[in-house]
Amino acid sequence: MTFEIPDFVPVIPELFLLGMACAILLADLFIPQARRDITYGLAQFTLLGTFLLTVILASPEARFTFSDSFVADPMSDLLKSMVLLVSAAVFLYSRPYLQSRDLHKGEFYVLGLFGVLGMLIMISAHSLLTLYLGLELLSLCLYALVAFNRDSPVASESAMKYFVLGSIASGMLLYGMSLLYGITGTLDIAGVTQGVVAAAAGSADHSVALVFALAFVVVGLGFKLGAVPFHMWLPDVYHGAPTPVTLFIGAAPKIAAFAIAMRLLVDGLGPLHGDWQGMLLILAVLSLAVGNVVAIAQTNIKRMFAYSTIAHVGFIVMGLMSGIEAGYAAAMFYVIVYAITSAGGFGMILLLSRKGFEADAIEDFKGLNDRSPWFAFVMLLLMFSMAGVPPTVGFYAKLAILQSVVQVELVWLAVFAVLMSVIGAFYYLRVVKYMYFDKPADTAPLPQGTGINVVLSINGLLVIGLGIFPGLLMALTTAAR
Amino acid sequence: MIPLSHYLVLGAILFALSVTGIFLNRKNLIILLMCIELMLLAVNMNFVAFSHYLGDLAGQVFVFFILTVAAAEAAIGLAILVLVFRNRETINVQDLDEMKG
Repeated sequence: MTFEIPDFVPVIPELFLLGMACAILLADLFIPQARRDITYGLAQFTLLGTFLLTVILASPEARFTFSDSFVADPMSDLLKSMVLLVSAAVFLYSRPYLQSRDLHKGEFYVLGLFGVLGMLIMISAHSLLTLYLGLELLSLCLYALVAFNRDSPVASESAMKYFVLGSIASGMLLYGMSLLYGITGTLDIAGVTQGVVAAAAGSADHSVALVFALAFVVVGLGFKLGAVPFHMWLPDVYHGAPTPVTLFIGAAPKIAAFAIAMRLLVDGLGPLHGDWQGMLLILAVLSLAVGNVVAIAQTNIKRMFAYSTIAHVGFIVMGLMSGIEAGYAAAMFYVIVYAITSAGGFGMILLLSRKGFEADAIEDFKGLNDRSPWFAFVMLLLMFSMAGVPPTVGFYAKLAILQSVVQVELVWLAVFAVLMSVIGAFYYLRVVKYMYFDKPADTAPLPQGTGINVVLSINGLLVIGLGIFPGLLMALTTAAR
Repeated sequence: MIPLSHYLVLGAILFALSVTGIFLNRKNLIILLMCIELMLLAVNMNFVAFSHYLGDLAGQVFVFFILTVAAAEAAIGLAILVLVFRNRETINVQDLDEMKG
């Protein structure tokens, strides 16, 4: 066996991110607390640099490297760009919150950058091994980030819950992978597909073993996506983690989780579509029902967003389940839109919070219109988009998913999803009602003249801009499939 | 020669033990961490057995990576455990119930 030097060009963005993250980890030791903004600047520079490299190196063909265990294709280019942009916005929103609470430490950015690296590897994984390593790199960073506020009992409790349930999920996924490896004899995703076809055509034992392995893989993915009945970690983690970390977990990792679902189920286990369609159908129905109904009972807005995430995951799973190209493109569109909208929603919580005040109760949004009409309007756009009110982009995302579900003749599911969305609209509109029709309990002025105001406004306008011109993003996601 | 199925059954038993351990244990967080570790080791058993019977080394390489990740995971798990103990002075699973809803 000969050693070949791998082609490094497709991995240049990851290598740059890795090098910079290590450099920042070191440099941060020598930066005094008063000048922590240097670390922040370096982290932002890294994310934007990686974004530029990803865009420059993007190409319409799939490029494989490291013995086919890593792939850079249009889907990975699109999803990586989105992960990087959303993470840059997350860092920007988080800084004032961290500064006002003595949490502005370099570790936040370094762990965040390594988490982003994990997501990029997950998105580009083309072998079970790279997929697992990317997933663990992301998860380990997230466990540490949730426990980031060391003096908070709630944060450490939610970190423990996240750690235990996340590890179970990894274990399940890994067990499924080990069986897949045994059945197909390879770790390469393309090889797994061939092996699955061969095994399914072979003896009945093999087909049973394949479905057994598939069940473990779906359970693992369900945990990572946060689909019911594997959602129990989500509300507690969203609630307990410091708000910037909730924002980080809520936005970009969902894109990465979607990417591994695509790589494993659609690319790797595509021939078993008939088997996983039923499993995903159950996940989708339960997620839509539980997410939308339980969210109504919440008084904490972070918890409400957690249940709303579960409902959105239901839609994403519906798109995956349809098993047609249009459905995959619609699910990809949905997950990108979800990441942008949820970054904006948590950004609003961060904007309203200040030292000693978390702004994490829904009632804290009361009378926002009197305090700042503009940001009340931005929040209105975000809520409308989550609820799926036209002309915001959330409407179009839901529509595309429903179209693909109708196309595979599951009309009852589409009707069910619409009904659940109507129920879900209640709690989004309640926030709008609080903002516009109630008197403010808290009259402190909003912070002025920071970057967060500008980017949050852009974020809100993006929701309506993409809603009026959904074709731009839809063309990208369709091309990426 | 021991057939492959023996190893797979052993792996499955270990995996089932660890999952039951996680769900039945209501007392001690450290036992929970041990169960998670056992879960990864059960997977390793599968990988090594398959790798041997397939005559393919990739599975054994995977095992090395899993062992490394398991070490890192244990480090983070124990660190979080120390935090939990410092903040609440208990590592009883049932006491982790501050958040509801």
